[in-house]
Amino acid sequence: MRELKILTDTFESLGGDPEVFQDRHIAHMAASGHRLVSQREIPGVTIDAKETGDGITNTILIEKGKHIELPIHLCLGITEKTGIQRIQTRLIIEEGASASFLAHCLFPFVESGEHRMDATLEIKEGAHVRYNESHYQGTCGGMLVVPQAIVSVGPGAQYFSDFSLVKGRVGQLQIDYVVHVAASAVAELTSKVFGRGNDIIHIKEKMVLAGEYAKGLIKTRVALEHDAQGEMTGIMEAHAKGARGHVDCREIIKDRAIGRAIPIVQVTHPEAKVTHEAAIGTVDKKELETLMAHGLDPEQATELIVSGMLQ
Amino acid sequence: MPLVAIQHLTFEIAGSKILQDLTLPIQEQEIHALLGANGSGKSTLAYVLMGCEGFAPTSGQMTFKGKDLGPLPMFERARLGMTLAWQEPARFEGLTVSQYVRLGKPDIDPFPYLTRVGLSPQAYSKRFVDKSLSGGERKRIELAAVLAMKPLFAILDEPTAGIDMLSVQDMMNVIRSFKEEGASVLLITHQETIALMADHASQLCGGRIIASGKPKDVAEQYKKGNCVRCDGERCIPFTTAS
Repeated sequence: MRELKILTDTFESLGGDPEVFQDRHIAHMAASGHRLVSQREIPGVTIDAKETGDGITNTILIEKGKHIELPIHLCLGITEKTGIQRIQTRLIIEEGASASFLAHCLFPFVESGEHRMDATLEIKEGAHVRYNESHYQGTCGGMLVVPQAIVSVGPGAQYFSDFSLVKGRVGQLQIDYVVHVAASAVAELTSKVFGRGNDIIHIKEKMVLAGEYAKGLIKTRVALEHDAQGEMTGIMEAHAKGARGHVDCREIIKDRAIGRAIPIVQVTHPEAKVTHEAAIGTVDKKELETLMAHGLDPEQATELIVSGMLQ
Repeated sequence: MPLVAIQHLTFEIAGSKILQDLTLPIQEQEIHALLGANGSGKSTLAYVLMGCEGFAPTSGQMTFKGKDLGPLPMFERARLGMTLAWQEPARFEGLTVSQYVRLGKPDIDPFPYLTRVGLSPQAYSKRFVDKSLSGGERKRIELAAVLAMKPLFAILDEPTAGIDMLSVQDMMNVIRSFKEEGASVLLITHQETIALMADHASQLCGGRIIASGKPKDVAEQYKKGNCVRCDGERCIPFTTAS
C-alpha cells in the first residue's frame, strides 16, 4: 500500500525501524489522513479502529494485569501535499497493566494541512504507561497541529508522556493537555519543541494532583529561532496531603523570536507543595563558555546546547 | 621564553582593581600553583587568561607560546592548546558524559580518561552531564575532558574542591600526569597542602602576587598568614576575619 510505504519510509529516514510494522509480536495502528492503512493486535492489546468519513476513531485497550513488553506503535500522518487528519483516540490501561506507546506523527510533504488528535487516556489503578509522541512536519511550515488529551491517572498508577517536535517546521502547534492524578500516583509531562521561521507554538499543560501523595512534573523545553513565537503555560494544582508538583520551563530564544512562559501554581492543602522554575532567553553564558574552553566556536556551542536541551 | 607570560596585568571592574600589575611566567611542563584566599583574584585571573566575556584586561599583556592572547576569542585560545577546568563546571541537559569528554577531540575513546579520574566508564559514559551528577562527579568529568583535549596549558581552578578526602591523592596524580604528558598547569588552590605538589608557587593577595618561589616556602608563608579571605588589599587572618 503506497501510503503505508511513504509513512514507513519516512519513519525509517528519521531513524526508526520499519520492520516493527511487520513484526507479529508488536501491536500497531497506522493511518494516513482518514484512512486506516494497517493495524495489528497482540495478546493483551485490543485495537478497535474505524474510519468515520471525517476522521478516525479508535479505542486501544490493555487488559488488566498484562505487561506488554514491546512498545505499541501508532503511525499517523498525511502523505500528500495537503490534507486533514482528525483522530479520536481512547486508551484504556486496565488495573495493574503496563505498556509503552510510540506515536510517530509524520507529515513529510505537507504544504498545507491539519492534524488534530483528541485523546482520552484512562490509566487505572496500579497501571504503568509511557507515551512517547514524536512529530515530523517537513520543512514547509504549513501545518496546524492540535494535540489535545485528557488523562486520568488512577491510584498508584504511573504515567510518563514525552512529546517531541524538533525536526522540520510545524507552522502552528497548539498543545492542550489536562492530567488528573489520583492518590499515590505519578505523572510526568515532558514537551520538547523547536520553532523556526514564523512558527507559532502554544503549549498548555495542566496537572491536577487530586489524591494524597500524588506527584507531578511538567517539564517544557522550547527553542525558538528566526521569527518564531512561543507561549508555554504550565498549570499545577495540588489539593491533597503530601501532593508534590513541579513546573520546569526552559526556553532558548534566538534571532527575533519571542518566548513567553506562564507558570500557574495553586495549592489548596497545607501539606501539599508545588514549585516552579522558568528560564527564558539566550543560551546560558557559563554553558557557552564551558564549551568554548573546549574549542567549540559560539555557533557550535549554541547548537550543542540547544540540541541537548531538546534531546 | 615561558609558555605563558603574564606581564603587568591589571583588571578592573566597576572601578575596583581585582588584579593589579600582575606579572607571572609559567614555564613549559611546569605545574605552577597559585595560592590565595577567597576573593584574592585567583578565579578572575583564570577567566582573564581564558578570555571569558567581561574579563578583558584593563592593561598589561598575556602571551601563549609568544602569541598575544589579547585579540583572541576564547575558543581560539582553546584551539591553540589552552583550556580551563572550572571550579564549578556547568551542567548540560541531554549531553552524555561520553560526548562531553570528546568535546575537544571528537575521535578519542573517552573510556581511558574516565578511568584515570576514577570513574567507571561503564557506569558513567551514558549518563547526562546534568543535575543528576554530584559536584565531585562533575569535577572529575571536567578533568577527564580536559585531559582528553591533550592541552599544552591547563588552568585548573580548585580541582580538588568537592572531591572526597580519600580521592584527593588520586586527583593529584591526575594533575601530575598533565606534566608527564608535556603540558603545563596553573593549579589554582586555597589549600597549601595541594600547592606542595607544584614545581613553582605564587601567592595572590588583593590581586597582587606577594610571593613567588618554591612551593614549600610560599605555602609556609601562606599558612603563617592564616589567610581566609582577602579584602582587596591584604589577606585577613583567621583570628580577625568576621
